[in-house]
Amino acid sequence: MFATILFYVFGTVLIGAALGVVLARNPVHSALLLVLCFFDSAVIWLLLDAEFLAITLVLVYVGAVMVLFLFVVMMLDVNIEELRRGLASYWPLAVAVAGFVIFAMINVIVLRKLGGAALADATSVALPASNTRALGTVLFTRYAYPAQLAAAVLLVASVAAIVLTLRSRKGRKHLDVAAQVAVRPQDRLRMIKMPGEKRT
Amino acid sequence: MWQWAPIRDWLSQLITGYWANPLLTAVQVLITMICIILVMAFYTLAERKVIGWIQSRRGPNRVDLLGIPGAAQPFADVFKLIFKEIIVPTDANQFLFRLAPFLALIPALALWAVIPFSPEHVFANVDAGLLYLLAMTSMGVYGIILAGWAANSKYAFLGAMRSAAQIVAYEIAMGFALVGVLMAARSLNIGEIVRSQSGGPLSWYWFWLMPLMFVYFIAGLAETNRAPFDVAEGESEIVAGFHVDYSGMAFALFFIAEYVNMITVSALTVIFFLGGWLSPFQGYLPDDNLLAQPGFFWFGLKTLLPMFTFLWVRATFPRYRYDQIMRLGWKALIPVTLVWLLAEGLMAWFKVGPWKHL
Repeated sequence: MFATILFYVFGTVLIGAALGVVLARNPVHSALLLVLCFFDSAVIWLLLDAEFLAITLVLVYVGAVMVLFLFVVMMLDVNIEELRRGLASYWPLAVAVAGFVIFAMINVIVLRKLGGAALADATSVALPASNTRALGTVLFTRYAYPAQLAAAVLLVASVAAIVLTLRSRKGRKHLDVAAQVAVRPQDRLRMIKMPGEKRT
Repeated sequence: MWQWAPIRDWLSQLITGYWANPLLTAVQVLITMICIILVMAFYTLAERKVIGWIQSRRGPNRVDLLGIPGAAQPFADVFKLIFKEIIVPTDANQFLFRLAPFLALIPALALWAVIPFSPEHVFANVDAGLLYLLAMTSMGVYGIILAGWAANSKYAFLGAMRSAAQIVAYEIAMGFALVGVLMAARSLNIGEIVRSQSGGPLSWYWFWLMPLMFVYFIAGLAETNRAPFDVAEGESEIVAGFHVDYSGMAFALFFIAEYVNMITVSALTVIFFLGGWLSPFQGYLPDDNLLAQPGFFWFGLKTLLPMFTFLWVRATFPRYRYDQIMRLGWKALIPVTLVWLLAEGLMAWFKVGPWKHL
C-alpha cells in the first residue's frame, strides 16, 4: 500500500521532470531536471527491489555522465530563441517516435506480447538477498561473451572518439614530462673550474 | 564503550505507537549529525593549530575554552558567520544560487547512513553499501558546479569547471581502488568488509592492498578539493573559486561540507584498509581482554590518523598545476589500480593473504 503511494508520487514527479527537460527555457535547467529524472527512476527501481540497477543509475548517469553534460552545456553559449525557431518543424517526427514507444509499451505491459510473458514472471520470482551477487553471477557465467563483447565495443568507441577529436597544433607549449623526469644534472648545469680571486 | 542501547531504550519509553520507529531513527540520525558537525568544528581548529605548529607559529590562541587557549575559536567563527549578511548577486540565478550549498552538504551527511560505527551500530545495513558510497560521493560535485555557474562570475565558473573535471577523473581511480577492496572482502556490505579483515593488524587490508590504500587516499584528497589538489579554490589564482560570491552561513555550508567530506574519506580509509572498528590487539591479547574488543573507540582513534594526514599533506605539498593533476589521475593512479587488480587476481589464485580461506 505504502509502496504503491510512493510509486505514484515518484511517477508523477518523474513525468513532471521529464516534461520540464523538454520545456525548460534554460539548457542548464533542462540538464538539472534530467538529473532529477534519473534520480526518480532510481527510486522507482528501488521500489522494485532492483538496488544494484538503481544505485548504478545514480552512480553512472548522475555522478559522471550528467556532470560532463552540465560541463558542456554551461560552457556553450547557446541562443535559445534561435534553437526554438526550428522546433515546430520537428513535431511530426517527435509524434512518430513517441507513438512507437507508447505502442511498444502497450504491447509489453498490457498485451504481454514481445517478451511480455517473461515480464509477467519477473515480479513473481523471489529475488535472492543480494541482487548484486545474482546479477554478477549471471553476467559472468551465462552472458560472459556478450558482456565482454559489449565491453570491447565500448572500449573501441571511446578510443575512436579520442582519436577523432585529438588535434595537435603547432607551437603549443606542451611539456614533455618524460623528458623532464629523465633530465640529468649534466644537461642543465655546467661545472667550471676557475682559480679563486687572490687576496690582496 | 560507546553504546546506543541505553539511549534507545530511554527514547522508546518516551515514544510509542505507529511512528515510533521512524521517529527513533530520526532522533538517532540527528544526534549523529550533531556529533559529526561538532567533530568538524574542532577539526577546523585542529587544522589551524597543526599547520601553525608545522610552520612554527602558534595558531589560534585568543579564545579560551575551559582554560585551553584558542579552543573556542570554531564557535567564535560560527557566530561571526551567522551574523554576517548573505549577499545574493543581482545577476545570479537566484534559485540555484540558494540551492547549491545544500546540494554540497546533503550528500556529505547522507554518506554516514551506511558507515558502521561499531559492530552493532549502523543506520542502514544495506547489501550494496559500497555502491551507495560511490554514488553519494559523486553527488557532491553538483553543489560545486551549480554554485560556480549560478553565481554568474568568471572566477567562480572557472573554479567549478576545474573541480568538475578533477572530480570525474579521480572518481575512476577511487572506484577502481574500491573494486580491489571488494575483491578481497567479496562483499559490498560495509559491515562485511570490516568483518572480513578480522584477525589482527596484519590481516587488515592496508598490508595486502597498500598501493590501493594510497590511491584511495590521494583520490580522496582530490575529491574533497584539498591541498595539493585545491585548484577549484586556488586562492592565489581565482580568489576562492566556486564560492567566491557566497557570504555568511551560505559560505559556511560549503565549508562544513568540505570538512565533513574530509572526515568521511578518513573514516572510509579506516573502514576499507585499517580494519574499521576492529581492535589492533586482536590475536595478540586474549579475546576477553578489554583492549582486544572491537568497538567505536578503535574506529574513532584510527580515523584520527588519516584526518591528521590531510592536514600534514596540506602543510607540506605545494599546489599541483592543472595538467599535472590530470596526468597524475589518468596516467599514474588508474594504471596502479589496474596492475594491482591483476596482482590481486594472482594472490587469489595462489590463495595468499585475504584469500587463504578461499
